[in-house]
Amino acid sequence: MIAASLRQLSQALAAKRISSVELTRLFLDRIERLNPALNAFVTVDPEKSLKVARAADARIAAGAAGPLTGIPIAQKDIFCAEGWRTTCGSKMLANFVSPYDATVIRKMEAEAGLVSLGKTNMDEFAMGSSNETSFFGPVRNPWDTGRVPGGSSGGSAAAVAARLAPAATGTDTGGSIRQPASLCNLTGLKPTYGVVSRYGMIAFASSLDQGGPMAASAEDCALLLNAMAGFDERDSTSLDRPAEDYARDLERPLAGLRIGLPREFFGEGCAAGVMAAVQAALGEYGKLGATLVEVSLPNSHLSVPAYYVIAPAEASSNLSRFDGVRYGYRAPEYGGLDDMYAKTRAQGFGDEVKRRILIGAYVLSHGYYDAYYLQAQRIRRLIADDFVEAFKACDVIMGPTSPSTAFRLGEKAADPVQMYLSDIYTIAVNLAGLPGMSIPCGFADGLPAGLQLIGNYFAEARLLNVAHRYQQATDWHRRPPAGLE
Amino acid sequence: MPLTLEQVQRIAHLARIEISESEAATTQGHLNGIFRLIEQMQAADTTGIEPMAHAQDLSQRLRGDAVTEDDRRAAFLAVAPETEAGLYLVPKVIE
Repeated sequence: MIAASLRQLSQALAAKRISSVELTRLFLDRIERLNPALNAFVTVDPEKSLKVARAADARIAAGAAGPLTGIPIAQKDIFCAEGWRTTCGSKMLANFVSPYDATVIRKMEAEAGLVSLGKTNMDEFAMGSSNETSFFGPVRNPWDTGRVPGGSSGGSAAAVAARLAPAATGTDTGGSIRQPASLCNLTGLKPTYGVVSRYGMIAFASSLDQGGPMAASAEDCALLLNAMAGFDERDSTSLDRPAEDYARDLERPLAGLRIGLPREFFGEGCAAGVMAAVQAALGEYGKLGATLVEVSLPNSHLSVPAYYVIAPAEASSNLSRFDGVRYGYRAPEYGGLDDMYAKTRAQGFGDEVKRRILIGAYVLSHGYYDAYYLQAQRIRRLIADDFVEAFKACDVIMGPTSPSTAFRLGEKAADPVQMYLSDIYTIAVNLAGLPGMSIPCGFADGLPAGLQLIGNYFAEARLLNVAHRYQQATDWHRRPPAGLE
Repeated sequence: MPLTLEQVQRIAHLARIEISESEAATTQGHLNGIFRLIEQMQAADTTGIEPMAHAQDLSQRLRGDAVTEDDRRAAFLAVAPETEAGLYLVPKVIE
């Protein structure tokens, strides 16, 4: 049961071979036993989870179950969940118990019947690529506990990799689903911007943030996306489109598939072991009937610089709400109102969050707006246009997800710029608003490497199909880390 | 052009984040490293390119002017650091 796919769990629940309560206990026991060494979860509440599991069992008994009813899932602690402590990895929200549910939580629990096992650790306010900026301490990678799991959805990635949960939610602003998926040997999907509601998902950079699934396989991700996606009145950027079944094309043959390889993703800067795994995966796609074509994303080298203007600008605006008045932390001692704000924010935010707020405040300030913010938005269009051009010659774009395998704890913590460059292949996808995935494609020195798949707008079903056919032909995604039985 | 210590202090004030002198010096080093990365943008010719605010270039959706939410006042006040008589408390701003 620990290693079962979501479809297998669904079948076991439907056939009454196991109840949701039993399944939930199984994973809660693993969390209790293994989480202290990994720090993947920051909050668990067994009574709360088991109550939902009992309701799921009643639904199954009444014949009213959906395909995911009764299956346990880990929730990234960026999603507000009513009655759950929701911290976003920050001291600012360390004692915040959400009075409402994010749309993603409501859809997954109330509608699909999934059982939340708890809230997973993350980089503070999702700002980081290693999970080291969390107020609750770093998460350790189950493949090597001296290394980072990636970030910002590092707790979700470690939880699924160590099978403390069958699957998890994540969010991705510049790579925060795909990069940890790559570093922990998981399958992760960032949907097209606007497909998954952002209501109740604590905002970092609103024009880039997008929630998505993290799991062992593309099939699992397809089933999860069916439960997560959909139009939401409460998110002003949610897209009003007909519902789709993201699993509909999983089995479609790949003969004739054109895979675009951006030459900018295959140059210097990627670790040799990662590149070898990516090349081997492309060879496998050749055997599955795909053809490889070279494409170009000539402005992709500008994606990291433009991102570090746009994301901090939006963050400085979004995080102005944390002022010690309506919710969250307030400094214990202060003088007047301005002093209360300044001390609350100085004490409540960690260093990386403060850095990004300061960058954002600067690039939006009088006299600098045109040179930074507008220039970044113009580059954003150049990057998006590059993809439009590339997709004229191919159906899906592939390359490495991350330039390296999991790095050591502390290795990049002292230099923010080195950390930012670990998202060099993922950020352009967020700027363009396209869907992207990472799937396991092999190992370098015993550590997982990820293959990134980028699709055109709304091509999630196609991406999942392309990932699924590869996963039927390979078993990288089924390999577990050692020592976690 | 690197940020001066005074500029770092001014931005911190704009962002309402208290910063000590020693923190300002460390922050100055980090921010200037990040701005060296950001400055790579200036080499790009973007003449005539329309700024892109959002992936789908859609205009904001409007909704009917109707009450859609329940009264959750008590629940929302319960998570505030300090309240009294149904109001949020802040330090005195008018003498």
